[in-house]
Amino acid sequence: MPESNSVGIVTPQYVHIDKPLELKSGTVISSYNLVYETYGTLNAERSNAVLVCHALSGNHHVAGVYEDKPKSTGWWDNMVGPGKPIDTDKFFVIGMNNLGGCHGSTGPASIDARTGKHYGANFPIVTVEDWVETQAQLAEHLGIHQFAAVVGGSLGGMQALQWTLDYPDKVRHALVIAAAAKLTAQNIAFNDVARQAILTDQDYYGGDYYSYNTLPRRGLRLARMLGHITYLSDHSMASKFGRELRDGKFSFGYDVEFEIESYLRYQGDKFTDLFDANSYLLMTKALDYFDPANAYNGDLIAAFKAARASFLVLSFTTDWRFSPERSRDIVEALLDNNINVSYGEITSTHGHDSFLMNDAYYHQLVRTYMKNIEV
Amino acid sequence: MAINETTLPAAVAWRPDFAAIANWIKPGAKILDLGCGDGSLLKYLHQERNIFGYGVEIDDQNVLGCLQNGINVIQNDLESGLSSFANDSFDYVILSQTLQAMKHTAEIIQEMLRVGREGIVSFPNFGYWKNRMQVIRGHMPVSESLPYRWYDTPNIHLCTLGDFEELCHQCNAKILERRVMNGDRQIELLPNLLGKLAFYRFERG
Repeated sequence: MPESNSVGIVTPQYVHIDKPLELKSGTVISSYNLVYETYGTLNAERSNAVLVCHALSGNHHVAGVYEDKPKSTGWWDNMVGPGKPIDTDKFFVIGMNNLGGCHGSTGPASIDARTGKHYGANFPIVTVEDWVETQAQLAEHLGIHQFAAVVGGSLGGMQALQWTLDYPDKVRHALVIAAAAKLTAQNIAFNDVARQAILTDQDYYGGDYYSYNTLPRRGLRLARMLGHITYLSDHSMASKFGRELRDGKFSFGYDVEFEIESYLRYQGDKFTDLFDANSYLLMTKALDYFDPANAYNGDLIAAFKAARASFLVLSFTTDWRFSPERSRDIVEALLDNNINVSYGEITSTHGHDSFLMNDAYYHQLVRTYMKNIEV
Repeated sequence: MAINETTLPAAVAWRPDFAAIANWIKPGAKILDLGCGDGSLLKYLHQERNIFGYGVEIDDQNVLGCLQNGINVIQNDLESGLSSFANDSFDYVILSQTLQAMKHTAEIIQEMLRVGREGIVSFPNFGYWKNRMQVIRGHMPVSESLPYRWYDTPNIHLCTLGDFEELCHQCNAKILERRVMNGDRQIELLPNLLGKLAFYRFERG
């Protein structure tokens, strides 16, 4: 059931964008669908719009529940709602499923109108810059000329950063949470192992598994299990599972024995019913490619010269996938450009997943910052 | 954009220690305030001198206070230095009544000299006569400017005017100006005895 301060029952909306989109890879998509949800009311000045960008496995369903599906609570419902840190009594909040996703926006699992078949492996690789472009198209469709704020965690934070570079006059504030200005080699390595798990699954069929009425379940499951380990901290795993055994003793075999094994397998299995393997591949690539400093010989300070927004950058002490050091890289580049920036380093035990959790200090930081935004 | 006047944070009231620092600040300067608390000083300097700046603060409640005051704040431990800040990137680096609570005393002075063109430090003068009286009577001083008991004080590096000037010399910091206060009065006569709060402005020597 929705909490009393939930946005309540929500309904996704669709828009068909007919304007061709030239992707960073050079490929052109002639038209595409975007699915999105909105919460709150756009004010008469159209100055209170907030875009929430989702991470790897997120989507447009940020807050509220669907009618007749009481368990379908949005992924950031603790953050977005009336009286919540991103207050829908003040702001008009938009969540959009990214292009290439698998929850309603055009992606690899969609039917290509030209062939009548699934795009599959023919769906082009998209980047964070491409996503920002499609989000700008949605803003235009909704009559929003400037966002009060663009907000995101992890891969979503990268989109918030990119917004301030591509459309400096169209975003007044960026909230960049548990993100990075580029992935480290270690981070790319994790992504590639996840991709290899999918690509080497014999049910992958070069990305055209839809035609074979199957899916690379084993590969996607492994990819998710690996990802999940990196989103938690050593501490949170130890305190949640420790070395607990399901049956209280060793069974000297390879079935589930430790609770952590049970948990990871369950998470992996659940994910294969919810997410498309091709979308997963594509999202991890967008993460790997993101590097706004690349066009400036690796100089992030030069990259941020274009930015005009004010920033709130947040990181979590036990996040080792997107560590506080990576957030400080962003802060340092902003400082060197005399940009308004505040940085909060939140003591949390939950690793990268902290950005989705209900932490009092974290939520107060976002609440206080959002409160001071003039609309 | 409609600005709702009632949501604007209230102005910071005049304080003698804030005014003493504001006196030294050129209008429009870029400022870094180390251990900035809830951002009141930066907000005051913005009101009085139209400065642009950032605060550095470790405490969660103070970081929230800065956001409430609309002040840029970087959550960071001063004891680990100022590596986030580039050489010569500020007109002034301020350390207001924080030096006495720091472990890395000489290091922070050196970092201030690296990051700022000028440094401003203020601290409670341990040489103030009332402090000396308490020591003579056999007790560690507890006063308005040093309100803690010896066992719960965060102030681990208390000093007198002379002690601080010696540290500046050691750190190759050239003292440009000194001001000693007792409440809102400026002390000219016997400052190390009659001054409660000391302010120094310095640059690289």
